[in-house]
Amino acid sequence: MAALTVVGSVILLQFDWFGDAASEEASPIDTLFDVMIVLSTFVFAIVMVMFGYAIWKFRAKPGDESDGEPIHGNTKLEIAWTVIPTIIVLFGAGYSWIVLDDIEAKADEQMPLKITAQQFKWTFEYPDADGLRTNVLHVPVDRQLEVKLEALDVLHSFWVPEWRIKRDLVPAGAGGDEIDDEFVVTPNQEGTFSLVCTELCGLGHTTMRATVVVESQDEFDRWIADQSQAQAAPSGSSAAGGT
Amino acid sequence: MAAALKQPGLTRGALGFIVGSAFGFGLVVALRAISGLEIFQTEPTGYPHLIVPAITGPLGFLVGLGAFDYWFRWAAGKPTIPEDHSQHGARSWRDYFRFNTDHKVIGIQYIVTTFFFFLVGGLIAMLMRAELAQPGTQIVDPGVFNGLFSTHAALMIFVFVIPVFAGIANYVLPLMIGAPDMAFPRLNALSFWMLPIAGLLFLASFLVPGGAFDAGWTGYAPLSTGAPLGQSFFNLGVQFAGASSVATALNFLVTIITMRAPGMTFWRMPLLVWANMSTSLLVVAATPFIAGVQFMVLFDRVLNTNFFQAAFGGDVLSYQHIFWFYSHPAVYIMMLPGFGIISEVISTHARKPIFGYRLMALALIGIVVLSYTVWAHHMFVSGMFAWLRVPMMITTLLIAVPTGIKIFSWLATLFNSVLHLKSTAMLFSLGFIVTFVVGGISGVMLGMVPIDIHVSDTYFIVAHIHFVLFGGSVFTIFAGIYHWFPKMTGRMYDEKLGRVHFYLTLLGMLGTFVPMHWVGMEGMPRRVADYAAQFGDWNLVISISSFLLGIAQLVFMYNMIVSWKWGPRATGNPWRAKTIEWQVSSPPPIFNFDEIPRVVGGPYEFGVPGARHAIMGGEEAEVRKPEPAVVGAAGGGGGSSGAGART
Repeated sequence: MAALTVVGSVILLQFDWFGDAASEEASPIDTLFDVMIVLSTFVFAIVMVMFGYAIWKFRAKPGDESDGEPIHGNTKLEIAWTVIPTIIVLFGAGYSWIVLDDIEAKADEQMPLKITAQQFKWTFEYPDADGLRTNVLHVPVDRQLEVKLEALDVLHSFWVPEWRIKRDLVPAGAGGDEIDDEFVVTPNQEGTFSLVCTELCGLGHTTMRATVVVESQDEFDRWIADQSQAQAAPSGSSAAGGT
Repeated sequence: MAAALKQPGLTRGALGFIVGSAFGFGLVVALRAISGLEIFQTEPTGYPHLIVPAITGPLGFLVGLGAFDYWFRWAAGKPTIPEDHSQHGARSWRDYFRFNTDHKVIGIQYIVTTFFFFLVGGLIAMLMRAELAQPGTQIVDPGVFNGLFSTHAALMIFVFVIPVFAGIANYVLPLMIGAPDMAFPRLNALSFWMLPIAGLLFLASFLVPGGAFDAGWTGYAPLSTGAPLGQSFFNLGVQFAGASSVATALNFLVTIITMRAPGMTFWRMPLLVWANMSTSLLVVAATPFIAGVQFMVLFDRVLNTNFFQAAFGGDVLSYQHIFWFYSHPAVYIMMLPGFGIISEVISTHARKPIFGYRLMALALIGIVVLSYTVWAHHMFVSGMFAWLRVPMMITTLLIAVPTGIKIFSWLATLFNSVLHLKSTAMLFSLGFIVTFVVGGISGVMLGMVPIDIHVSDTYFIVAHIHFVLFGGSVFTIFAGIYHWFPKMTGRMYDEKLGRVHFYLTLLGMLGTFVPMHWVGMEGMPRRVADYAAQFGDWNLVISISSFLLGIAQLVFMYNMIVSWKWGPRATGNPWRAKTIEWQVSSPPPIFNFDEIPRVVGGPYEFGVPGARHAIMGGEEAEVRKPEPAVVGAAGGGGGSSGAGART
């Protein structure tokens, strides 16, 4: 059983289950998942070994009409399989709580970012750049983003798989003040990613995506300057531009 | 014809439907004309001239069918039709198509009706998989696709899994506790007849302007409050399915509490009875929440109330809280009766008492209590009050403990057993243990907030719920159908075809739902008609497997239909089981028992020399000798020792 757990865990840990990781928050989440893989393999191995052994050993021979041994229970065993799983899941809960605090911890310095979703379009606003608005998200690498969310019509959901972070955008109504519409994320890999809407929002839900570019601070500053200039030009009065 | 219109029955039901619909339609037209409103209001969320008839038509049908005849006469002070039991039992196939108060007839009505919707829901799923076999849009456009997955889920949940369990229990449970029928036979019949109405309302939404409801089975506001007309049909269908569910649950509770045969203490009830009692406790308290919340959405849509419409100050997240306050317990409503079935099947086909019977029963009650405290784990990324996440995570993970107890107890039951692996019911039970453990493990992962943040609303969720609802619930349903098929029909089914069905289903199930975990974790969201090309290969595998899964069900249908008609005759107790339903003929006599049996011991006393569960009427004299005490039987401990000790 132990051998099976070790072999199973080693094999399963070879896979890159969640795909590429590209944010500070990804690594503790991925580690938590790896720990869960090991624990799950252990539990699954126990069940399967017991199961396989029982099926192999106790299968009825043709024509055998006898009964099994009348075992009604075993208090010690029953206490064991109540208490041990309780300890395991409470460990899991404690560990998850620590990871949760970790990935939601705020850094000293953050870049504010406002994201607005509507059917079926994403808009990104940069408060530090005089409220510049674009349809492509550019962010600097290794800087924590303090994201504020807003939905204009129905529910949408922000997800960049490589960042591991997801949050619904809720149209503010009576409960508007109570809605938790902020999160932090720290991209740490340069590259181009996809922002995927993950809350069913109507006909265009499937294609409601946006491009996310993570780049160095210098490139980002240059891009902001370009965008600001383009939008300040007389012809560029439309709020949404960008490449 | 005129005579048929006077007698309660389907003909008068059809007339009732027409009259009811016409009344509703006329009422709307008249009221709007009097108020000076535009008579046919055809905004997407409007159509009162279709919505009101969709309520009054079905009610008219129920009246015409005869569902209220007895109560109307009683209420009007007229002489009620004497209880000649003409509404009881089935002598020909026609008796299944009328308002019948026999729990055995109702059980079969439930099972056949729900399997019809299972097939329709399955075909819809295969249509979706055909679309998803390749990236891009080939067969249906995204709008239709949204309608397909919404109706697929609504049919499977509200008119297949939940009611099929009610059907199986309807047939088996009164027999099991030694009762002649359910406590309220007329209410029981009414509960059944509301069910096809619910299913047909869901399906009718395909025909109305704007197409089928397409906001998912979850119907999150405010997408649902502004969706086209089909959404209103979903709101109404849930009312009929919900009312059916609640009435049945009350019926089960009263039946179980008041109608057990003498000697059947709580600790001598078969675990299927425990399971249905637990389920009913959930249904009675939780189902009114979904009924309420769907009414609120309907009112938002057609009466311009303002519960959830954000644009007018409604509270969007409230919808999710109320919805999940029902819909999380609903997961257990769809699983606990299956747990009961598995306990019956495993003990019988492994020839062993259930290991740790009392803890098994207590685990059910533990799940009932805990399942009311976990709903917000569906909302970890919803933007709800952030503090709520950690306590809900802890309760969610804790619910794995009673579930684990059940798995371990079933496994322990297999030890030192005589395992009949050729029995299809047993194969589905064993298959259930494997697939349900996988579903349970992915459930624990989903319960952890940081992991959930990543995989929420992805194919990982789709994989998890299908492992739990298909590998879990549906496998237990098949186990139950095969196990009690001889009892219900008086015929044996073909075990060889049964095994073919099992292995094909298992293979198709694994091929369909295992890869969904992987594409989900790597970034494929759920509820999309198209996806990034990188997921193409696995989606093709999933689609092919899902077709295998669909074809496997043809084997099942063939086996059931042919065996029902031409199968070899079944004896009263082909599995040599101990519980009471097997001690009567197959199918049982019209009132179940000539004389109510007397329960003298636990339900699973396999291998205990001389132990009995029940003494049937007529054999009283034969078994007057004292019961052998089995207290402290081998390995004795927390189990159901004490068989016979209380007689």
